[in-house]
Amino acid sequence: MRRRSRLLVLLAALSLVASVFAKEAVPEASDPALEARMVRITSELRCLVCQNQTIADSHADLAVDLRRQVREQLTAGRSDAEIIDYMTARYGDFVLYRPPFKGTTLLLWLGPAAMLGGGLLVLAVVLRRRSRLSPDAFEADDDDLVSPSPARDVGHA
Amino acid sequence: MKRLGFLIPLGAFLALAIVLAVGLNRDPREVPSPLIGKPAPSFSLTRLDDPQKSIALADLRGQVWMLNVWASWCVACRDEHPLLVAFSKKGLLPIYGLNYKDQRDDGSAWLMRMGNPYQASLFDNEGRVGIDFGVYGVPETFIIDKTGTIRMKHIGPLTPEVIATEIEPLLKKLNA
Repeated sequence: MRRRSRLLVLLAALSLVASVFAKEAVPEASDPALEARMVRITSELRCLVCQNQTIADSHADLAVDLRRQVREQLTAGRSDAEIIDYMTARYGDFVLYRPPFKGTTLLLWLGPAAMLGGGLLVLAVVLRRRSRLSPDAFEADDDDLVSPSPARDVGHA
Repeated sequence: MKRLGFLIPLGAFLALAIVLAVGLNRDPREVPSPLIGKPAPSFSLTRLDDPQKSIALADLRGQVWMLNVWASWCVACRDEHPLLVAFSKKGLLPIYGLNYKDQRDDGSAWLMRMGNPYQASLFDNEGRVGIDFGVYGVPETFIIDKTGTIRMKHIGPLTPEVIATEIEPLLKKLNA
């Protein structure tokens, strides 16, 4: 019982912490639709200062500036594609969390599939070669060493 | 051939190990800039020391010049600065500063204290020109040729090695 009330106090304290942090995410633009579009675009873009965060997530100065840029360009009526182009022209394909499929990214896109395919191929070759070997090419299994128990007829048990 | 077949997995492993070792030794912060070989983005900014006077990209055409992005709040710039001051004394090319997301007073005071290697510093308070140059880690250094094309970008503080092995050979080539 005491344990449970302690847990409740702890949870209450933790939820307070969450609400304190939640205050930081106040939308900066007055137009919520525009803000949603901004967040959608910047969620696809890598922040170059803290490389494993998106520009939407990051609190780095540069990310704040880039969010402002995206907001301004949306207000000016630019399309999503135009804004993505604007970013890659400056920071390269590296900013895209989904890099385009082209010559330099061929290995990135096809590498994992090629490795898996290669592994399966090797496995298939090895298994086929083994299935052709005669039984005495293998070590006997443990249960082969004891003489097999006589088959029981289920119907007459 | 048949007898050496057992070496194939070893070879594959070594190849993978080499690829991964090379990958580990690369700096993930050094993102190749798409701006190299492209025209420098145009700008027009006021001088740090004089809000009445501005400098535009067009004013700098016809010469090979260096753009060094710095800020008074940037710790790595402080490390780099003595080297830049010494390099500027060689007079190999004009160096312009881009005072990035800084305050006029702070920037001017910093140059006063640390020495001023720049012909002039451009005052980019909001960091917009910085964004156009793809700046993400101050200090950054660009070399721009006579036609206004970006020929080199270095991210992070300059080192004597970078100057000797990259910048000086490039300048020889550009001025040839």
